[in-house]
Amino acid sequence: MGEFKVHRVRFFDYMPSAIRAMAFNRQSERLAVARADGAVEIFNFSDNYFQEKVIPGQDSRAVEALCWVDQRLFSGGLNGEITEYDLENLKPRYTVAAYGGPIWTISSNNQGTMLALGCEDGTVKMFEVLAEKVQFQRNFDRQKGRIISLSWHPSGTLIAAGMMDMIRVFDAETGHATHRLLVERGVGASKSREVVVWSVAFLSDHTIISGDSAGKVQIWDGVTGTLLRTHLVTKWDVLALSVSQDQSSLVAGTSEGTVIQFQLISSTVGQQDKEWVRTRTFKNHSHDVRALAHTETAVVSGGMDTQLVVRPLLDKVEKNTQESSLRKIVFPHRSLVCCAKKAGLLLFQFPEHLELWRLGESEGHGKPGDSLTVKTKPEKLIQLKRKGEDHICCSALSPCGGWMAYSTVSSVRLYRLQYNNNNIGITKVSRLPKDLCSVHQLCFSSDSSKLFASSSHSSVIVVALNQQECTYLHTLKPKSSSRQPVHLLFASEDGKWLATANTDCEIHIYNLDKLKLHCTVPVYSSYPTAIAIHPLTSNLVVVHADQQIFEYSLEKKEYTEWSRKLQKLGLHSLWLERDTPVTHITFNSRNPAHIILHDMFMFCIIDQSLPLPEAKTLLYNQMTLRSVPEPERIRHSHAFKICKNFQHLLCVRLLEDHSLVVVERPLLDIMSQLPAPVRQKKFAT
Amino acid sequence: MAALYEGYTLCGLVPAQNLSHSGIQGIEQERDSDHVVVTDSTRSVTLYKVSDQKPLGSWTVKQGQSLVCSAVFNSQTKEYVAVSDNRVIRIWKEEDILLDKAFKATVSSDVWRVHCVHGGEPVVLFQRGAVRLLDSLLSAPQQPIEEILVQEEAIRWSTNIVAETQQFVIFTTEQKGDHFLYLQRLNPNTLQRYRLEREEPGLGPLSFSASYRDKHIHLLYLYPNGHVYQSVVSVRGLGTEEGTQALPLPRSLLLSLPVGEGLLEAASAMVLDEAHVAVVGVPHPSAGAGKDFLCIWNTNFQTLQAGKEMAGKIYGQLWCYSNKLFIPHGKTLSVIPFVCPKSSLASALGKLKQAKTEESKAPASVPSWNNILHGEKAQPSRTVETRKTRMSRKTQSTPSLTTDQVLELIKTAPVEDVEKEVEGLLSRSDIQDLQPSVGQLVSVLVSRSLTDPAFYTPSTLAQLVHTQCLCHSVCPDLVLLALEKKDYFLCQLCLQFFPDIPEAVTCACLKAFISMPDTDAEKASLDPDSVSFMETLISRERGQVGLQNGFSPTSYDEDRSDALSGGGDVIKTGAEDKKTTTAPSELICPMGLHKAVLLNEVLQTAYSDNFLLPHLKDLSSQHVVLFLQYLQFLYLKYSQDAFPQMHGLRSPSLTQIMDWVCLVLDAHFTVLVMTPEAKGLLLNLHSFVKSQVRLVSELGKIEGSLQELNKMKVNKDVGQYSIEIIELF
Repeated sequence: MGEFKVHRVRFFDYMPSAIRAMAFNRQSERLAVARADGAVEIFNFSDNYFQEKVIPGQDSRAVEALCWVDQRLFSGGLNGEITEYDLENLKPRYTVAAYGGPIWTISSNNQGTMLALGCEDGTVKMFEVLAEKVQFQRNFDRQKGRIISLSWHPSGTLIAAGMMDMIRVFDAETGHATHRLLVERGVGASKSREVVVWSVAFLSDHTIISGDSAGKVQIWDGVTGTLLRTHLVTKWDVLALSVSQDQSSLVAGTSEGTVIQFQLISSTVGQQDKEWVRTRTFKNHSHDVRALAHTETAVVSGGMDTQLVVRPLLDKVEKNTQESSLRKIVFPHRSLVCCAKKAGLLLFQFPEHLELWRLGESEGHGKPGDSLTVKTKPEKLIQLKRKGEDHICCSALSPCGGWMAYSTVSSVRLYRLQYNNNNIGITKVSRLPKDLCSVHQLCFSSDSSKLFASSSHSSVIVVALNQQECTYLHTLKPKSSSRQPVHLLFASEDGKWLATANTDCEIHIYNLDKLKLHCTVPVYSSYPTAIAIHPLTSNLVVVHADQQIFEYSLEKKEYTEWSRKLQKLGLHSLWLERDTPVTHITFNSRNPAHIILHDMFMFCIIDQSLPLPEAKTLLYNQMTLRSVPEPERIRHSHAFKICKNFQHLLCVRLLEDHSLVVVERPLLDIMSQLPAPVRQKKFAT
Repeated sequence: MAALYEGYTLCGLVPAQNLSHSGIQGIEQERDSDHVVVTDSTRSVTLYKVSDQKPLGSWTVKQGQSLVCSAVFNSQTKEYVAVSDNRVIRIWKEEDILLDKAFKATVSSDVWRVHCVHGGEPVVLFQRGAVRLLDSLLSAPQQPIEEILVQEEAIRWSTNIVAETQQFVIFTTEQKGDHFLYLQRLNPNTLQRYRLEREEPGLGPLSFSASYRDKHIHLLYLYPNGHVYQSVVSVRGLGTEEGTQALPLPRSLLLSLPVGEGLLEAASAMVLDEAHVAVVGVPHPSAGAGKDFLCIWNTNFQTLQAGKEMAGKIYGQLWCYSNKLFIPHGKTLSVIPFVCPKSSLASALGKLKQAKTEESKAPASVPSWNNILHGEKAQPSRTVETRKTRMSRKTQSTPSLTTDQVLELIKTAPVEDVEKEVEGLLSRSDIQDLQPSVGQLVSVLVSRSLTDPAFYTPSTLAQLVHTQCLCHSVCPDLVLLALEKKDYFLCQLCLQFFPDIPEAVTCACLKAFISMPDTDAEKASLDPDSVSFMETLISRERGQVGLQNGFSPTSYDEDRSDALSGGGDVIKTGAEDKKTTTAPSELICPMGLHKAVLLNEVLQTAYSDNFLLPHLKDLSSQHVVLFLQYLQFLYLKYSQDAFPQMHGLRSPSLTQIMDWVCLVLDAHFTVLVMTPEAKGLLLNLHSFVKSQVRLVSELGKIEGSLQELNKMKVNKDVGQYSIEIIELF
């Protein structure tokens, strides 16, 4: 197979942002996750937990709560505004000020007609959900102290509000408080501190469940307003609660990083009277669990340690299936690294800035396993801070390294880079075409003469670049009426093809010579996570969220023989069990049969000339191959050459000189940058 | 264990301007232990009653005159002797008010000091080394005084010791950095000169202290580098030849005290008894570099026994009279009472252990090796004040007996009174304060019980053992006494709480427990925890046997005993209890509940194989078989999968059981092989051992492979960037 020189890069200080809030939409099985930097991510739980959409954050927007109303997503934040998101254009649709100070919580009734907000000034504000906007309806009786948490009774007539030291029950019709449930403070030193009711849940049998800063999960009778049961679960705070849809199970997240499950079961077998019994404790987080979602089969949790953890409930799923395994989502399911393979440059995308690095050079040769001496060290050429409030949503670097572009939800910026010996000149290209304002994905053609930008309704804007200016050429539009954004763009090496993939799972191929749609690849039910067109054969290779691999011939407009063979035989079960998506595909120009792709834990070179692994063959066979003598290797080898030497990969690229670049971000490095795992001090505690 | 008590001030001091000198020349004992004569560095001599902290009389020489040495009290004549202006010897009585009017005699040479041991005759030591008895000197004051010392030799320190009937004057001299010891015997006069070995260059001894015991004079001296040496000189072997040439004086390093930073300057070490040394002016090992500490060290075990911080400057002076230390510090002269009870190993390990914070139980003052070995840091101990002791403090105002009075009382009073008073004493005071006296109480109680068969106080003894201030070496007869009195509860407590029970006694207990009839055992009330542990174990057995076999356990037992009686009733120790008969390889406890509980206690004591083996051989073969059956029973119970987890309860561990099995087999193997009844047992035990061996070997394999894994996992530390070559196949 061969030797590779590998640039092992660990200087990308990528740091995911902490998870602040979560909302699960049971109908569409989408999970919305809000991060501390204001970004909102949508995960599709019906398609391998793929992160299908990312709405970048904004400096002034700190999302404190998320709420689905049907397929519409609302958020409230400490800036006191309600935001509805445009999930098709991946940006806020509009914001409405609530005029009640910071918004701590937002909750909609079951009917989807009303939004209730809990505000700093002690009011519960009701907003009516209209077709295109939300409209303020009225305030409930103003309370002393902020409203931290809210929960509607499923009937929509009552609302429980968690406050400082108490829970109030409001009548949703009149807006008057009907009950006041006093929550006991913690013992000892915390006796003098107000207890914060971080979370409440109002069940249909009028049971109210609260989680508070004294570490208690309390069960209340909402009819009489009496305390039924107290579970002291932690020394610190209970920050989040989530109830299953059938209201028989409840999870509570604590500052210790534990998630505790309670179940409504009868304490003695065969008896009818059921009570909430503490059943399981999950410890998958090192830090505060700030957000929880109880899905049908799993507990989803997230918090300070930035990981999204999907913990299946083993009584709800079939054992030893892919569904029953724990999943941790740490890295975004898209690439944050761009590589100029001709120039040996790497562009790292952070929400706040971009970093352009030049790779180092080595001296001499070595045998496999060696580390070569680094002659010139890698060098950070540019650190470009973004302009404006909006965070960077995508970026691109041209293969020659002469152009760099990034986009926020509101604007696109293009820079011309010039290298004279050791000096780098960066010039902003001032006059950009007007159409180029809100894009989701950027991509340069391989000869750096064109810039492709995906825009609304799956369209792609083509811009021509020359030394001084850039001119609008064309807008490529698919024939379908999809309104979904394009999340993958790939321009072929020969400059003839452009492939796009959108979140409706459609893959369109455009002929760039004719500037028109060439074909649409048959839609497969799972998201494409990476696409690439082979430079010689013009075959399109697509990897999907369910780990399937397809090869589609653009010339014949049909799946290739190899692809059919692969589908017929089926992929190896271990391949299908991997739980991170393939995020990039490249080809080896030396050997056209090689497809190089990677996920978070491995990179793989698929040799199309070799036999495919059968179900019983060893998939991860590199160790075996190493140990057997040369002639015997043929017998053992198969198409999938999987290398796990490098872990927690953000990027694997093949440079022009056939050396590999792997960008690693070890999870330990991320963990070490987190604050000490103690209870985070938060305003209002 | 030695202890320093709360001190009190005897008098104020007028130290020299630069605090270089305390202003005290010396302190001498007067008529009894409660009176001392304090001589200050200039002109006055004061008599104090120590317990009252008040002066009884004071005498001063005239302005311009000065005292050269501390005044001494001649108890034979009830006269005080002092020397002023180098050559004037003054003698006066207590009723003399003016010193000038008292007796004076001028001698022909300069005097260094006058010494007088209590009850002895005063001796005058001249600066040039000559020694005269005061009487003989006064008979002819102007008699010529010979010069013993050479020109540049000067006396540094001197003392006077009575060994049996012989009186000795001991003094050390310095000549050009060499130090010599002179041993002057009086009547007949002999003088022996020794040369002290040199310490590091430039270091001379800071202080000396001499004591006499076992026909030897022990000289203790402290160097500025913290080394305390002891030299022993036999009083018998003193040669008759005049000691013109100095013999080398062998020395042994007794203690190496921590000195902190720099050398010691004003420090002093003093022998308190054969095992204890009081040291002043040396840093406390766990309290930083400050040197203002008074400490008592045990020289046998090299342990710090007690320490006390002294306020103000330490002058390196220290006197000791009848269990009171006199120490000038700052601007006061303090008296600090102390005790140095006879040390046992356990209590000598003392202070270090005490600093350990006790988790749940009552403060235990008997150390365990674990704590010492596993590095509990020595902190200045702080008494744990429980609510109980605080309460008892409040009620302390009611008249009650002191420890000494109780000790006296124990010797004569009837059982009830003794019980009452000891109990009262225990409840009144803090256990930590009582710690030295608990040992005394027990030993007096034990000796009374041994001499007077009618006298026995089980509850009091149990209470005292419960304080955990005791160990076997403090009261070596206690366990055997308890055995003799069949006080099994006390035996159990001792086995539980004493860390240092000798193997012989452990074996005696074992023997007594095995051979006692079950009826006796069931009568004893034992520690409920251990009983409930055994109950659980046994009750499980009953239930299981009944269930498994479908018929009642009694009939089953009968079958068994029938079957066995054919082979002789070797193992029938308690014939009245059917269950004691064995059921080899079955899970039936071969002995009664309480007996088993007591045996468990034996299993849990600490021992060392070599010492235990000879004593184990004393067991009769019947007992050995019974004991092995019991061990087998325990082993089987433990190895059952469903063995209940009883963490809270005291129970022997599986390893302890296995160790005992091996020991007993070692001790009696040949006998057992010859005993037909033991055959099945031996086979079973053999299989246990085999399974254990297999387990261990499997564990070894696992360990080996895990280590290999560990080696493989050693990853190179990858920096921020590297260029590597990989090969894919």
